[in-house]
Amino acid sequence: MDIFTQQLVNGLVLGSIYALVALGYTMVYGILELINFAHGEVTMVGAMVALSVIGVLVGAAPDLPGVLVALGGILVAIPTCMALAFGIEKIAYRPLRQAPRLAPLITAIGVSIILQNLAMLIWGRQYISFPEILPPVRYEFLGAHISLIQITIVVLALGTMAGLWLLVEHTRLGRAMRATAQSREVAELMGVNVDRVISATFVIGAAIAAIAGVMVSAYYGLAHYYMGFMLGLKAFSAAVLGGIGNLFGAMLGGLLLGVIEALGAGYIGDLTGGFLGSHYQDVFAFFVLIGVLVFRPSGLLGERVANRA
Amino acid sequence: MLKALHQRPHLTAILLAVGLAALPFLVGTGLGNSWVRVLDFILLYVLLAIGLNIVVGHAGLLDLGYIAFYALGAYLYAWLASPHFGLHLPFWAVLPMGAALAGLFGVLLGTPTLRLRGDYLAIVTLGFGEIIRIFMNNMNTPFNLTNGPQGMSLIDPVSIAGLSFGRPLHVLGVTVPPTYLYYYLFLAFTLFALFIALRLQDSRIGRAWAALREDEIAAAAMGINTRNVKLLAFAMGATFGGLAGGLFAAFQGFISPESFSLWESILVLCMIVLGGMGNIPGVILGAVLLTVIPEALRYIGDLQRSTLGHIAIDPSDLRMLLFGVALVAMMLFRPAGLIPSRQRKRELAATDSVATQEQGDLYDARA
Repeated sequence: MDIFTQQLVNGLVLGSIYALVALGYTMVYGILELINFAHGEVTMVGAMVALSVIGVLVGAAPDLPGVLVALGGILVAIPTCMALAFGIEKIAYRPLRQAPRLAPLITAIGVSIILQNLAMLIWGRQYISFPEILPPVRYEFLGAHISLIQITIVVLALGTMAGLWLLVEHTRLGRAMRATAQSREVAELMGVNVDRVISATFVIGAAIAAIAGVMVSAYYGLAHYYMGFMLGLKAFSAAVLGGIGNLFGAMLGGLLLGVIEALGAGYIGDLTGGFLGSHYQDVFAFFVLIGVLVFRPSGLLGERVANRA
Repeated sequence: MLKALHQRPHLTAILLAVGLAALPFLVGTGLGNSWVRVLDFILLYVLLAIGLNIVVGHAGLLDLGYIAFYALGAYLYAWLASPHFGLHLPFWAVLPMGAALAGLFGVLLGTPTLRLRGDYLAIVTLGFGEIIRIFMNNMNTPFNLTNGPQGMSLIDPVSIAGLSFGRPLHVLGVTVPPTYLYYYLFLAFTLFALFIALRLQDSRIGRAWAALREDEIAAAAMGINTRNVKLLAFAMGATFGGLAGGLFAAFQGFISPESFSLWESILVLCMIVLGGMGNIPGVILGAVLLTVIPEALRYIGDLQRSTLGHIAIDPSDLRMLLFGVALVAMMLFRPAGLIPSRQRKRELAATDSVATQEQGDLYDARA
């Protein structure tokens, strides 16, 4: 049972990160029906910027408590990613809003390539390690180990999700976003500034992605210019799993995907008699995705989006 | 000039044939032999792009895992014609098998995804591509099937009637290097694929694909068996992919999972979107451009040395960056592709609201 609870805990932690990134995909898709391919790269930029800031802070003020250092990193990463997403939307997506459907997908891929290679030029090809700023404390919980970092990640992720929920359900901007997702034309007729709402959606998604980027690099202790790619793919899978366009779906999909991946990696060796090993971890996300889409194409919580004309 | 050529189709064909035949020699003497290799890759990518164009351009099914079929063709070739298993079957036996295996996997992928459309289909095919790649990367234990990340080497070169393409050919006092020989082989296959693709486009099946792309429900109402037609598109596209994969393996003599990453799928997709989806001349142009541009960008290093006196930024780092910029810029300026198909042009030119609506819906693979 120890392995089971341990993998469950690991999966939930990883899953909460997936969920945060998935929120960005699902919000944009809900409004524009566009796969924002560059979202994974925005997450990566968030991680890289935060790491640079943390590195500077650790060097300049070694006595600063770790929590403040991490907070400093996040606080710089968030506006950077927001500005980045704002620019991407304005330059690469907005001019193509009336263009054939595949055109913005290609520019999204182009932006993704640009960001990856810019990051490589700025931060280099090597892995950057995350300094140990939080004390490596571990707690026992039902036979599983939980580190302070893991607890922080889960709490922060839940807080972010709650904040997003409040924003979408209880503010004017949130109402405008929901209206735009339902029908852009009608929302426009009702006096919603659709362009601004779309920009806001990208920017909010990027802010969450920045937080997720810092989390994932803190969790693995590493950051790399290529890290956004797989993360983005899995997060998008999570969004589809939960039902794309649905915020709770993204959260549920992310958590589920994390758990499935962790449990799968933990047990695949036993299940196949040692034939397949834990290095097949990345495969689970895609098998789950294909399975869900075949048997429930609208995702777990999605109802209307899949059939929307 | 163009008009004169248009009036004499036979002359045009002869000129084109002579041009294509002389191309490797012109390129080889003008730009160096490494560019003949680029020519070979252009032909391989044209072959891939023609195959993917059937799926995406004609049938309107967005496939982001296309490179998996290329990988299957290449790996099958490597299994049956390399020291890995000690098998050395001739290429004319292996190539069709690779194409058939890829076609079979095309149907296997197509069957469960029949109900899916648009972005959902894209993401499932993407997942399929990644699954194939991850398996290729890890199938070296417990028994060594793919040799893992190291890849498989010493793959047999193509050999026709005792003439091995792995060695330079000496004929009439002229030495023809292997890259030239492969050029002609690839050219033959590409022309063959082109012929099939063009004939398919104008056939009953081609019209069925177009109908499917435009409106699946209307197509079904017109009596088209949408299931079979979709599966056929997947299978046809995959077959071309498998064929190209086998040729790639024989040409390189070495394959590894790295050659079959998602980026390759995306690159081929970019080729057909950039050139003008569904339009075969556009697709060829896209394949040529996107193969040549990254190669030409290798000269950035020389340019930096001559202008700045030293290399400020490693050209290989800058190459992909500029490729990304080019991709975005080209899409912004020509969202329908460089040479849009006649149909697309007509729809883009139309101004009334119905036509604009239709234009939005075209390729709008709705979920």
